[in-house]
Amino acid sequence: MKLAIQLAYKNLMGAGLRTWLNAGVLSFTFVVIIFYNGLIDGWNEQASVDGVNWEYANGHLLHKDYDKYDPFSIDDGHGILPKIKRKNLTPILIRQATIYPQGRMMNIQLKGIDENQTVVKLPTKLLLSSKAEIPAIIGKRMAKSANLKVGDEVLIRWRDKNGTYDATNITIAGVFDTNVPTVDAGQVWISIEKLWKMTGLEKHATMFLANKDYSHKEISGWKFESKESLLQELTNIISMKKVSGSIVYLLLMAISLLAIFDTQVLSVFRRQKEIGTYIALGMTRFQVVKIFTAEGAMYSIFATILGMIYGIPLLWYLAEYGIAYSISGDTMGVIIADRLYPVYGIGLVIVTVILVTISATIVSFLPARKISKMDPVEALKGKIQ
Amino acid sequence: MKNENIITIENLVKRYKVGEGEFTALNDISLKFSRGEFAGIVGPSGSGKTTMLNIIGSLDNPTEGTAIVLGKNISNLTHKESAHLRNKYLGFIFQVYNLLPVYTVYENVEFALILQKRSASERKKAVMEALEWVGLENMADKKPSKLSGGEGQRVAIARAMVKKPELVLADEPTANLDAKNAHAIIQTMRQLNKELNTTFLFSTHDEKVMGYLDRMIHLEDGEVAKDEIVEHNSAQS
Repeated sequence: MKLAIQLAYKNLMGAGLRTWLNAGVLSFTFVVIIFYNGLIDGWNEQASVDGVNWEYANGHLLHKDYDKYDPFSIDDGHGILPKIKRKNLTPILIRQATIYPQGRMMNIQLKGIDENQTVVKLPTKLLLSSKAEIPAIIGKRMAKSANLKVGDEVLIRWRDKNGTYDATNITIAGVFDTNVPTVDAGQVWISIEKLWKMTGLEKHATMFLANKDYSHKEISGWKFESKESLLQELTNIISMKKVSGSIVYLLLMAISLLAIFDTQVLSVFRRQKEIGTYIALGMTRFQVVKIFTAEGAMYSIFATILGMIYGIPLLWYLAEYGIAYSISGDTMGVIIADRLYPVYGIGLVIVTVILVTISATIVSFLPARKISKMDPVEALKGKIQ
Repeated sequence: MKNENIITIENLVKRYKVGEGEFTALNDISLKFSRGEFAGIVGPSGSGKTTMLNIIGSLDNPTEGTAIVLGKNISNLTHKESAHLRNKYLGFIFQVYNLLPVYTVYENVEFALILQKRSASERKKAVMEALEWVGLENMADKKPSKLSGGEGQRVAIARAMVKKPELVLADEPTANLDAKNAHAIIQTMRQLNKELNTTFLFSTHDEKVMGYLDRMIHLEDGEVAKDEIVEHNSAQS
């Protein structure tokens, strides 16, 4: 094998520009695969941190009748948790409501939360400092869609525990900026004490946010979703994005492998005389097959070196300064920052290099197999076989 | 030593399929060659010269009959065994030199020794010696594309001789050379034949080459028309 590698190296170096063109295309594939996976991993990491900071906390304790994917469960999905069990938990009561910004009607989720909470990053302290009768905070997406800003008053209509409609004005005390659309879009946050009074659902909660000291024990009528299981949902969504994105780099890889395959097919045809000479000088056909296969594998080594030369500074720059992401999270329904910072793992780089090297070796071996059936006399004459 | 048979060919037949029918390239050939001979298979194009050389060089197999080269029956050799025979004991010189284009002169000559897994120092000594034999010791770093026809064929001779083979098979070695270079090349081979006692077997229809041969086997339509020993005067040999 050492001989095959030595000869393959000489042949590739001797082939000059053709070698570097192939290696260049392949190195681009390397860099794109590493970049894309790094981007997804960076997104996952960033989304996980943002998700925990803004929404998941250390887990959710949900009323048994509440299903976050079913808005009809909001009406009945609430209850009272005995005080003794509320340790390290922050209650949230969710009700359906309608606001009328500039005369338009918008259905929203009205969420009551403890103003003193620190378990998530929602700026609930603004609810305390406001002088308004019912201060509210909303996210930038909600502010944009409702065309509301700090200090605006807006009419809100809700139903109390008996189903009776009531309405009043709320005042926007703050607009927060978050990457987590699920605490922002279509939601208005007010003090839970005020919501209890407005609805008559004193001490009721739809769900609780667990803080870092919370340790869950079974509570009848309530179900617990750990931070890990909540993150798993997020990871699953991002993984699906990864799968769809992998089509792009599979295509890129197919193009570069096709370039190598094409070069090797041409080589086997064009270098018949050379193949015949190798055999006449005492090489077995299998040894010649090994040279041609090693040439293909060596393309991936050259590509790795080439990719490192321009890829390391480029990928480092992107990881350091991030990439502005033009698609906002609310249109995709997942947590995504305006600027993503790719994260590259050594495992990702090694797996990519191995994957591309194996693929390049296979696509080189396929045309090289033909050599094993070649007639050396015809090969020496340079006749196409 | 000189009379030791290194090639024994008996009732050799080689047929090729041509379309629906067959073409007989060699028909019932029986010949023997001794160690140290400087012999040639001569005849017009299509007479079967190259086919015979290819069979002796274990690049091709006979259809019928036997070809025993250095004690090995060519028909019975596996790919690996025939590769070993070529690598260890045979040297080839081709009409169009067949130098490996991406290698330097030095690397082309060194190639056969790499296959023999000789050490780097051993290879260097042998390559430089071979290049000296052909007078190209100053062109070791040149690529084949920078060589003239005569120089290219000298490199091919050095490549064939560097491993000091038992038998050198030269297929029309002077066909692409002018008269001056052809004489120089053939004289070099003649000298190596005498100094190293290497057997040379040519396939040629070049009269310049024929003038140096000790033995000429005339092939006509795949059959031996004449097998003659040539007497040289002292000046020519």
